[in-house]
Amino acid sequence: MAVKSHTKLIVILSLLTLGMFGFGFALVPIYNSLCKALSINGKTNPESIAYDKDTVIQKDREILVEFVATNNSGVPWAFYPTTKKIRVHPGEIARLSFYAENKSNHKMTVQAIPSVTPGLAAKYLKKTECFCFERQTLNGHEAMDMPLLFHLDTDLPDYIKTITLAYTLFDVSQSAGN
Amino acid sequence: MLSMLNVCKSIIVLCATFASQAIWAKADHWQMNMYKGVTPLSQDMYDLHMVAIVICAIIGIIVFGVMIYALLHHRKSKQHKPASFHDNTRLEIVWTIIPFLILFGLAIPATKVLIRLEDSAESDVTIKVVGHQWKWQYQYLDQGISYFSNLSTPYAQIENKEPKGEWYLLEVDREVVVPVHRKIRFLVTSNDVIHSWWVPELGVKRDAIPGFMHEAWARIEKPGVYRGQCAELCGINHAYMPIVVRAVSDEEFKDWVGKQTKIEDKYLESQDKPKDQRVMTRAELMNEGKAKYDLICAACHKQDGTGLSPLYPALKGSSVAVGKPISRHIEIILNGVSGTAMQPYREQFTDEEIAALVTYERNAWGNNTNDIIQPADVATVRQGNTQQPKMVNKARAGGLR
Amino acid sequence: MSQVLTHDDEHHGPEQGKGVIGFIKRWLFTTNHKDIGTLYLWLAMLSFFVGGGMALLIRAELFEPGKLFVDPNFFNQMTTMHGLIMLFGVVMPAFTGLANWQIPMMIGAPDMALPRLNNWSFWILPFAFCLLASTLFHAGGGPNFGWTMYAPLSTKYAPPSTDFMIFAIHMMGLSSIMGSINIIATILNMRAPGMTMMRLPMFVWTWLITAFLLIAIMPVLAGAVTMMLADRHFGTSFFDAAGGGDPILFQHVFWFFGHPEVYVLVLPAFGVISEVIPTFSRKPLFGYHFMVYATVSIALLSFIVWAHHMFTTGIPLGAELFFMYATMLIAVPTGIKVFNWVGTMFKGAMTFETPMLFAVAFVFLFTIGGFTGLMLSLVPADYQYQDSYFVVGHFHYVLVPGVIFALMSAIYYWLPKWTGHMYNETMGKWHFWLSVISVNILFFPMHFLGLAGMPRRIPDYALQFTNFNMIATVGAFVFGISQLLFLYNVIRTVRKHGKKVDDRVWEGSHGLEWTLPSPPPYHSFSTPPAIH
Repeated sequence: MAVKSHTKLIVILSLLTLGMFGFGFALVPIYNSLCKALSINGKTNPESIAYDKDTVIQKDREILVEFVATNNSGVPWAFYPTTKKIRVHPGEIARLSFYAENKSNHKMTVQAIPSVTPGLAAKYLKKTECFCFERQTLNGHEAMDMPLLFHLDTDLPDYIKTITLAYTLFDVSQSAGN
Repeated sequence: MLSMLNVCKSIIVLCATFASQAIWAKADHWQMNMYKGVTPLSQDMYDLHMVAIVICAIIGIIVFGVMIYALLHHRKSKQHKPASFHDNTRLEIVWTIIPFLILFGLAIPATKVLIRLEDSAESDVTIKVVGHQWKWQYQYLDQGISYFSNLSTPYAQIENKEPKGEWYLLEVDREVVVPVHRKIRFLVTSNDVIHSWWVPELGVKRDAIPGFMHEAWARIEKPGVYRGQCAELCGINHAYMPIVVRAVSDEEFKDWVGKQTKIEDKYLESQDKPKDQRVMTRAELMNEGKAKYDLICAACHKQDGTGLSPLYPALKGSSVAVGKPISRHIEIILNGVSGTAMQPYREQFTDEEIAALVTYERNAWGNNTNDIIQPADVATVRQGNTQQPKMVNKARAGGLR
Repeated sequence: MSQVLTHDDEHHGPEQGKGVIGFIKRWLFTTNHKDIGTLYLWLAMLSFFVGGGMALLIRAELFEPGKLFVDPNFFNQMTTMHGLIMLFGVVMPAFTGLANWQIPMMIGAPDMALPRLNNWSFWILPFAFCLLASTLFHAGGGPNFGWTMYAPLSTKYAPPSTDFMIFAIHMMGLSSIMGSINIIATILNMRAPGMTMMRLPMFVWTWLITAFLLIAIMPVLAGAVTMMLADRHFGTSFFDAAGGGDPILFQHVFWFFGHPEVYVLVLPAFGVISEVIPTFSRKPLFGYHFMVYATVSIALLSFIVWAHHMFTTGIPLGAELFFMYATMLIAVPTGIKVFNWVGTMFKGAMTFETPMLFAVAFVFLFTIGGFTGLMLSLVPADYQYQDSYFVVGHFHYVLVPGVIFALMSAIYYWLPKWTGHMYNETMGKWHFWLSVISVNILFFPMHFLGLAGMPRRIPDYALQFTNFNMIATVGAFVFGISQLLFLYNVIRTVRKHGKKVDDRVWEGSHGLEWTLPSPPPYHSFSTPPAIH
């Protein structure tokens, strides 16, 4: 019985299998980079972007920016924006703060996660200072005002007239070793 | 002639009514078609759906027609001799191109409606919708209103101990009230797992994803009550978190807004000393406690209090429900247990409701502590938790100066 | 001498020792493709009744509004397990069993390329399914988040038994991958001389393509559930927004596997239908070349449509448009296949034995499922269908009167070849008519329920959904009980009751397997046959 040797085919198929397994994991960074590059996931810049003082402010356009805060999984903090909405011109720097209060009796660490809707507007919202860049820690019954400094890029498409910036507060005390 | 015209007209109206199904105020028990709905979007969706059905029906009639003809006539029993042809390239190409063109034709209206769905122009009312396990929370951002909306169907109906009401599983204690003819923007997110906010008659469905905010919008053309449900499996009580939207005139909306407790008010209120709470009898506490427990707590802790270890601890015989201090029991309900599925209920239950729950849990299933907890006791614990915060300067915001 | 040429190794039956030990050793250590095919098929039959039982529990609870028999948590476990068992325990093993039995005989090969790997591919499965079934008895209950396992319901909020489910899925995936490698090597390397690629039977073609699909997607599923495990226990945040992750990422990775997976389920079914209809029409398959190209197109397109399961999650407009167009496009090659089957029947001389009845029903009812699939691809309309009973109706149409009917057609078609005896035709016809009527009573009303606003995966519902739910439940029980006729018929035939059959079995049959005796020798085609 002259049967062809299967070795070569088996090796190729096994490599293909392993390759697809790797591809499955590679989907994670692919997803993250695509979302960042196309800015389609509503995620804003994770690190500070400097504001160019020479930016030309588009005085003929006014964008309504709303701020929303949500606590995840019943985090016992008071967390809300002190300014609910502002009207800005693209290119103009805006500053506001979010109030955060640890209403529990013990030290807690939280992480604010931003989400912008419409998702495509996220890449035009450039933050210079944001409490979402880092984790925040407060002892029991402490409170603070957390700053947010941002501007809208002048490339913001014309059809976008309202942007909502939402923050969700997550309890990360466990992984912060509290 | 005129009467014939009228007869025709009335027949057409009757058929249209039958087909549209949107005019019935009561639910239709034999509803076979999509709601036409009361928003421009829902009507677009319905129209697209009908176009698709018609196209599929036509294709089906043609294909099945040929097939049925063959099944009837090209049988051995009818002495039909089998042909031997087995390909025809030209025919294959024809029936590749024609479906492609049909699809192309279908894609055009679909694309148009889809683009209309994404509309980020300014809205008149913005409502943040937060999905929780297992209720919805609504926050009217401009009006400063925030409340939870729970299923209000009594558990006895679910258990088949009482006859079911007309809106069984589609009724809530607090509805979403919105004005008609205004653009309403829904900002949807979740507190825990993925939920989905769906009201068919408004043509709105948006997944609620923890950590992310997505928007949907509607402009309701007709006042009325519109009901929906959670549309993404979110755990045990996925079937028990309905949505009720009441669309009213502008004036009624302003009235309703005026009557709601504003967020700031509630915060101030809790600063006071425990108010004069009423004293409840044991029977009142046990009854209200059992009703509330069965509807909300039994999902995880089970009706008989045995829970589902290790996820949901048993309350029957548990140190929390039987031991001291009672304030620990009250605190767990108020603040939840961080890192577990036990959520804080301080925003959702009044002092009376928590008092009833605690009393019930401490006396049911053989726990028999004979403890009676009054609303004032709960208020005291609530106050004990609240104290004036100390302002500090610990915010880390990165950034360049 | 002529005996050696025409009856291969007929005197050499299975090596089975004496008694129970002999029986166990034979089946535990067999490397024979026919034995392994039999094992897969019995596993599928057992799983069919287990998964079916769960379905009946689900339908019983949904008979009327109100809490009737089971609590919501157990109901969620039933829906999850029903899905996992039907897909991974019934359809995939059944088709693998058919592949094992048929592919070597259809291409003139003596056995599969890697017989020992074949044995191991099978025996992983009972272990995996015992593990999966055991999760129902673990503390905290079994998996209760749907077979689609969306995070974070399946990570942060899931019961401890989830880890065992993940392990079971890894094993099932391994089994599929090894089986696929075996199938590809067999088809590419072991065809008898003269059996060129474009002379392969359609069942072999569809399995070749399915095997490639499986190699591409099962590792991705393995990756997805490993990430779930990591999020649960190793402090990662793939799907947790708190750590910078994204629950939607899970959906993307899962459906990248999940959508081609449903084509894995259906392509071998297409292959079966392409075998059965020509035989009973006494006419060659119409458009063989286009059937092959259409199958390849469907397989390739299946990789670029996954996000049509995610239209309401907030993916951007451009993505929605792309996935809508790509999904609609799949209707074209699928339509070609349906037209070609009709073209095969047209001007044939049809008889309607049980396999043909199931095959004809497949063409009608799968096409209806295809139509609702086209409707689902239209994004704005999908906003109203997504996660409602309309979707449940759609996928059950393509899976039950689609794939399961194709499986039954295949069994009735090839069982006489495998056993040498004809099944009971009257019982077969009763099974068919009861099934086809009850399956429509069961699943068609689901479309109405979805359009009326009933969400899926709920154990209890509003009053206006009662009527169609009652009808569906009645259909379910009739359908479920009818399957006992099938089981009885199969067992009876395997036990050699029923008329003896000759090599050809069916008047219009063509193909190498019909040149072998019925039943075929334990080792067939040890010498490759001459292909004309």
